[in-house]
Amino acid sequence: MRAVSRVDGRAVAIDRRDIDTDQIIPAAWLKRVERTGFGPGLFSAWRSDPDFALNAPAASEARVLVAGANFGCGSSREHAVWALQDFGFEAVIAPSFADIFRGNSIGAGLVTAQASEETVRALFTVLADDPQATVTVDVAERMVLVPSAGLAEPFALPDYARWRLLEGLDDIGITLRHADAIADFEARRPAWLPSSAPAAHISA
Amino acid sequence: MSGRLFDKVWERHLVAAPDGEPPLLYIDLHLVHEVTSPQAFEGLEMAGRQVRRPDLTVATMDHDVPTVNPLGPISDPLAAEQIARLRKNCAAHGITLHPLGSAEQGIVHVIGPQLGLTQPGMTVVCGDSHTSTHGAFGALAFGIGTTEVEHVLATQTLRQTKPAAMAVTVDGDLPSGVTAKDLVLGIIARLGTGGGTGSVIEYRGSAIRALDMEGRMTVCNMSIEAGARAGMIAPDDTTFAFLEGRKHSPKGADWERALDDWRSLVTDEGAVFDSEVRIDAASLRPTITWGTNPAQSVSIDGAVPDPDSLGTAAERHAAQRALEYMGLRPGTAIRDIGVDTVFIGSCTNGRLADLRAAADVVRGRKVSPSVRAIVVPGSARVKAEAEAEGLDAVFAAAGFEWRSAGCSMCLGMNGDILSPRERSASTSNRNFEGRQGPGGRTHLVSPAVAAATAITGRFAVPADLEGAR
Ligand code: SF4
Repeated sequence: MRAVSRVDGRAVAIDRRDIDTDQIIPAAWLKRVERTGFGPGLFSAWRSDPDFALNAPAASEARVLVAGANFGCGSSREHAVWALQDFGFEAVIAPSFADIFRGNSIGAGLVTAQASEETVRALFTVLADDPQATVTVDVAERMVLVPSAGLAEPFALPDYARWRLLEGLDDIGITLRHADAIADFEARRPAWLPSSAPAAHISA
Repeated sequence: MSGRLFDKVWERHLVAAPDGEPPLLYIDLHLVHEVTSPQAFEGLEMAGRQVRRPDLTVATMDHDVPTVNPLGPISDPLAAEQIARLRKNCAAHGITLHPLGSAEQGIVHVIGPQLGLTQPGMTVVCGDSHTSTHGAFGALAFGIGTTEVEHVLATQTLRQTKPAAMAVTVDGDLPSGVTAKDLVLGIIARLGTGGGTGSVIEYRGSAIRALDMEGRMTVCNMSIEAGARAGMIAPDDTTFAFLEGRKHSPKGADWERALDDWRSLVTDEGAVFDSEVRIDAASLRPTITWGTNPAQSVSIDGAVPDPDSLGTAAERHAAQRALEYMGLRPGTAIRDIGVDTVFIGSCTNGRLADLRAAADVVRGRKVSPSVRAIVVPGSARVKAEAEAEGLDAVFAAAGFEWRSAGCSMCLGMNGDILSPRERSASTSNRNFEGRQGPGGRTHLVSPAVAAATAITGRFAVPADLEGAR
């Protein structure tokens, strides 16, 4: 995973709450076995509306998405994160995020900046006035900045998520430092717990 | 000390709680399917890592399998490739796979309990948000993304910040005709789509205790639709009776030891929750969603709401958009809305008890000529058991299509889809825009309401059909 300390760029605003992962990447796209190539599927149903924010000329260069509360609810599909990243987004700013989406984002290096409702509303206003405005998401300082509009507001990001984003760390690598603790734990598990061994490759 | 069920299960799985890092939780069971796993296996291989515990990993094929002629060639090359990948990955890593055509193939959340793999006090994860289903057994079960799937494959653990514990207490008796599905839709309407975010819900109260395991699974299944990390129900004699004798359930002396342990998995008297919601079971009615998220629902006796009557500006705005998408006018009586398709199935309502409930309604009746009606059993075993009881014949005689097991029309990725503007009554769990196919309009209902609706062609409850057999 690539480290990210700061995201700078144009932003796209979608003023809707409860944007679910079926909208972010419809199920028809989930048949890909790669982590890449999902960009064209991002919000594909909504993009059939020519007025949809992602169809604005500036959107193709956007790095930051600003959206309503409970962003990323629904399906656990990490493909939603990959689609946002593939399109070019490096950060999403919203008043709240669904739990699984937030976990997936941090794991894949997409910044989820949880800002207050007021901050998000202010960003909607700023971006409506000036769609070209540069928005900065400063992970180290946990601040969102729009210098041209004089906006500088804090956002929430758990310490561990911030650390992982800044360091670009592979979570499995960190966990394997605890390999002994995992082995100790396994030695203590009750014997009745289910196990599927030996592997049964039942042929059809 | 008075502990909560959730804390007890959480604490017994703590492997390490390093300073400054979220605790590391041991995972007892990892369920794998074809859609969210290929990138995880690829990541593992690129890093030269092994699957740590193939014996605690079980795979099946469900999301994009065909439900008509499942053993024929899969016409969609991408789905065929995904299914072939799963086969190859399971073979390479020694993971038990229940493939298409085998006796135990089916929706992950149907086969885990059916095989006795899901037991009280366990941690269960799967790259699928409806993993919350398994919480019906007093397990801590939640959905994860593909990066986490890879993490569990490699380490059999997961890093998790401890969620808060919420109690949803439903006391009283459900009125006749009100099912577990109506109960959970009522809970979601109360909590809202994000009301459970950051929390594990424990469902409590006499109405929950009175549910059979199928009903409890329906309730826990939809916890995620209120945003909750997981849903749990303390195990009791209903749970133990369901588990006894299943393939992976403990046997002999182990069964007695397990029972002793499982009986301790209750929230102690006096324990305090971080938040609590109380619902009177008697106030619930058969419930139908009218909008594009599962919290937007109304009673069968009600009407499509007027967005202007809703509380906040955000709710009004969302409702307006939803009604536009759904092609509905405020004030329309729910019973006056006609449907094109009825879908009975999914991990929410695709178990034998659900099919029986629907079959009881359609027995001796005919599906409305304007309706396409399909039944998709949640697993190959559910299908076989239903056929042994003759349910397939009941459905077929009524004019339903009887399919093979899979997710089918729950998610619109396997060929079973709605056309644009087609309206469905569906026993699944999500009515998001396009969930059952681009432009499709989904109304979530219970199996009994789906069955009655198939007969009349408009939303109906079984009681509406009296005499019309
Ligand atoms: S039936 Fe639907 S909700 Fe359940 S696992 Fe399959 S796609 Fe997901």
